Amino acid sequence: MQSIQEKADQIVKELNQFDDWLDKYQYLIEKGKELYAAGSEIKNDTNLISGCQSKVWLVSEYRDGRLYFKGESDALITRGLVSMVIQVFSGSTPDEILSFEPKFIEEAGLSQHLSPSRNNGLLSIIKQIKLYAFAWKIKNNYQNK
Amino acid sequence: MKLDVNAVRNDFPILQQKIYGKPLIYLDNAATTQKPNAVMQAIVRYYETLNSNVHRGNHLLSIQATDAMERARNRIASFIHAPHPEEIIFTRGTTESINLVAQGFASSLLQPGDEVIISALEHHSNLVPWQQACLRTGAQLKIIPLDESGQIRLGDFRNLLSEKTRIVAIAHVSNVLGTILPVQDIIDLAHRRGIPVLIDGAQAVQHLPIDVSQLGCDFYAFSGHKIYGPTGIGILYGKGSWLEKIPPFQFGGEMIEIVSFEKTTFNEIPFKFEAGTPNVEGIIGLAAALDYLCQIGLESIFKYETELFEYALHKLSRLDDVRIIGRAKDRCSVISFLLDHIHPYDTGTLLDQMGIAVRSGNHCAQPLIDLLNLPGTVRVSLSFYNTREEIDILITALQKVKDIFQ
Repeated sequence: MQSIQEKADQIVKELNQFDDWLDKYQYLIEKGKELYAAGSEIKNDTNLISGCQSKVWLVSEYRDGRLYFKGESDALITRGLVSMVIQVFSGSTPDEILSFEPKFIEEAGLSQHLSPSRNNGLLSIIKQIKLYAFAWKIKNNYQNK
Repeated sequence: MKLDVNAVRNDFPILQQKIYGKPLIYLDNAATTQKPNAVMQAIVRYYETLNSNVHRGNHLLSIQATDAMERARNRIASFIHAPHPEEIIFTRGTTESINLVAQGFASSLLQPGDEVIISALEHHSNLVPWQQACLRTGAQLKIIPLDESGQIRLGDFRNLLSEKTRIVAIAHVSNVLGTILPVQDIIDLAHRRGIPVLIDGAQAVQHLPIDVSQLGCDFYAFSGHKIYGPTGIGILYGKGSWLEKIPPFQFGGEMIEIVSFEKTTFNEIPFKFEAGTPNVEGIIGLAAALDYLCQIGLESIFKYETELFEYALHKLSRLDDVRIIGRAKDRCSVISFLLDHIHPYDTGTLLDQMGIAVRSGNHCAQPLIDLLNLPGTVRVSLSFYNTREEIDILITALQKVKDIFQ
């Protein structure tokens, strides 16, 4: 199985093959279409990452020591970003997720989506993923006691 | 006199910027406006020649800085036709201006059962302060509904007015729909019952001639940075009689008259509302911005902006799959729209890549966006330094956005 870093490197490689912004965004839009169509089942207020610009819903599932994510967004570019982030983080252990520094976003030339003014940008999605990882880790520690 | 837009653009250095290598097309003027050289030079000159604390020293620099600040107060008063300069209070912005009045009302003029009237299209800054004032005092917030065009009906407003109404607080121009509200009628109707009116002029003062004496409003709030001045300076105009009634908002230096450890008596208006060292550079910068606008000519500016607005509206309406949000007869500067099946965030992100700055989202008017049942809007807001060529580039760019998502 690929590590988080290997998956992130792959995304960076794929995005950096484009010289033109248009190709890059078209790739992201396509990526959004690949996203598992979680549909209405996860689109509720509990799973909503609150913000201003576009809505993002995110859920996590814990299986055999690893975390798996499903996400949705009402905006297509955001959906692509969610898809990309899920691809990187899904299938990793909580510890791997918590210790991973997501430098790949800048390396992929998407740093403008990290701006705090984009409330539903990558920053809040990654924060939520890390929160899920932290929550699962605490829960496991408690149960294993 | 006809406005020479090329000459005007040379006064705003930032407009020469490139964004991702493309010329900047700045269509987010309702969020903040760009600053002309005259404003920046006034601020630099202040620090180079006048800087010292105002109203506190008896040395020459302090006297000169105080004079400059009070001249600016006069300038701002005359710009909005306020009869007395002491009715101009310096704040941090429209938000603080409205908070000053709302908190003043909450601490002494609102009782349980009283009512405050606002409209359904208010920016959060003319909604949350009143909502919180009502929560604190047990007063009720009443909302004037909108018709399908995005305008309020005076009949609805009249029906809400009652002997329980303590104040009406309403936008002059909507920051989402561009609707110009019938503020003169609102003020007249409220005054017939002796009810004061606050106007949130944040989106109006830079696009319409403002005469607070003629309007007769009791309070008028606006921000410096939306009228080509610096950020961090705002204005509250208030009728002297009301400003006397409202208790101070913040406490500290300059707003006092006599202080002992047991008791403080407060300075007179405007100083009782201006605790602490004021934003002198902001005040001087704002006065310079108003001077600049008057030098260009307010009439030519407003005429140019009206024509550009009509042009943009016409061009946008002709684009397929565009839905303009808000169709009020009286509108200015702001056009909100959606491209069919494309989220406003997606549109905004791609326009940004093409060097075009617009706003997408709920524009700090969440209740209005919820009421219209929209995911947000894309908002184009114009200034007199924008051109028809820029609108044409926007239209081509929107066509490209549509192609990308098809």
